[in-house]
Amino acid sequence: MTIETAPAPTTQPTAHDAGRPVMAAPRVVGLACRNCGRPEPLGPSYVCSACFGPLEVAYDKDVVRETVSREAIEARPPGLWRYLEFLPVDAPPTHGLRVGSTPLIPAERLGPALQIESLWLKDDTRNPTLSFKDRAVAVAAARARQFGIDTLACASTGNLAGATAGAAAALGMPAYVFIPADLEPAKIDHALAYGATVVPIEGTYDDVNRLCLEVADETGWGFVNVNLRPFYAEGSKTLAFEIAESLGWRSPDVIVAPIASGAMFTKLAKGFGELADAGLIERRPIRFVGGQPAGCAPVATAWEAGTTDVQPVRTPETIVRSLAIGNPADGRYSVELANASAGSIEAIPDEATAAAIRQVAALEGIFSETAGGVTVAAADAARKRGVIRDGDEVVALLTGNGLKTPDARLLGLEEGTVAPSIRPSLSAFEAWLESRS
Amino acid sequence: MSAVRIPPTLRTATSGEKLVDVPGSTIREVVDGLVVAYPALAPQLLDGQGGINRFVNVFLNDTDVRHLDGLDTAVGERDSVVLLPAMAGG
Repeated sequence: MTIETAPAPTTQPTAHDAGRPVMAAPRVVGLACRNCGRPEPLGPSYVCSACFGPLEVAYDKDVVRETVSREAIEARPPGLWRYLEFLPVDAPPTHGLRVGSTPLIPAERLGPALQIESLWLKDDTRNPTLSFKDRAVAVAAARARQFGIDTLACASTGNLAGATAGAAAALGMPAYVFIPADLEPAKIDHALAYGATVVPIEGTYDDVNRLCLEVADETGWGFVNVNLRPFYAEGSKTLAFEIAESLGWRSPDVIVAPIASGAMFTKLAKGFGELADAGLIERRPIRFVGGQPAGCAPVATAWEAGTTDVQPVRTPETIVRSLAIGNPADGRYSVELANASAGSIEAIPDEATAAAIRQVAALEGIFSETAGGVTVAAADAARKRGVIRDGDEVVALLTGNGLKTPDARLLGLEEGTVAPSIRPSLSAFEAWLESRS
Repeated sequence: MSAVRIPPTLRTATSGEKLVDVPGSTIREVVDGLVVAYPALAPQLLDGQGGINRFVNVFLNDTDVRHLDGLDTAVGERDSVVLLPAMAGG
């Protein structure tokens, strides 16, 4: 059985808003500092002018509660815009990639293998550019157009490069994607295929990010995860909305997700909280389990040490490039979420990640990118730690497609997996089959 | 004197100046000198306990000073110091 949130997106609602004056919908109050609460006007900004803390979108919860309902959502076309009341966009854009409504799949073979009786996989490998980043970019891009921004850009560990490039292509906007120069070739080719300008930087992701903070200041481009970050981050909430809707408007006992910057991890909690605030689901405790690669685990290290002071990792050493952020912006908030929810943050060795990629592919038919391997291994670790308990309903997020990191699954294998070629004859085939028995 | 690059959010406090010259032989001295020259920067740059606000990252010649000697990192005459929001990642 596979539960689909809705069939594959085919159409989008009308009311394209490009070119209209930027008018905040009544439910979107503006921006507010996550640290000191100071309100800021709605715009392409991301830093509090008083305390330098991060800005996030502020909503009028009463307006949201009064205007949204399960029935209204269920009657809408598939895709992330069906949750419009919870997103900082005035109206669903008529242009752009068809993002979201990915399936929630019961892991009937993987679950028993991990001794997790009720395990669901949120298969976000199926988004248009093959990762959950399409969600965040869709919201950022929609807002960028409302702000009159004509160029999209990003600092990326790979998945965001493809998502930004693909979204820009669909919207007819130029895109500049900044990446570590030694990124996996498949991810670079992916962005190039959409016509983006790829800017390889000699350094780590954190070097790339630092440069982009400066470039964003100078160019006025819409860096989806810099000056559009408050809007970008909101897109990840739609994972929570879809999970809740797929489960029949309720939340699971445990969510397991990868942590890079920690933005998606924390927005999952925000998403479930907003559904409860709006009366769409019952408010129940959810344990949040995060996974990081052991070779770049600043958040897991802080959590294990019992501190929220996340110390940066200067040089990540891991095959999990999509999570190789040494200085995560939402690291502290991720630790706080894991603590407050009685969850955990697990550090996963690369060999375990590769084994988990193979396990998910072999048992469920889903080829996951490295972050998905970390997530599944984190679920296993959390069960062994006792954070995941017997009878729990667990949802694990597979956030990217394995074709982006095709070689990662091979780590730890002693022999190659490609069979030797044979002559095109039945006798050769029978001899080969015999040799395997 | 080292050159300190001021991010847009803080430029109100520096009368719009993007690049200011500040004396100091360590990051701590440069930051202190900056706050003396532009007192309005204090609430954004400092944490009130002698440290840097956790939302501010300080880079010396493109390297995060937390990977060097932190506030005690030596600063030379021709070095550049950049202040940026602690905002990383996608």
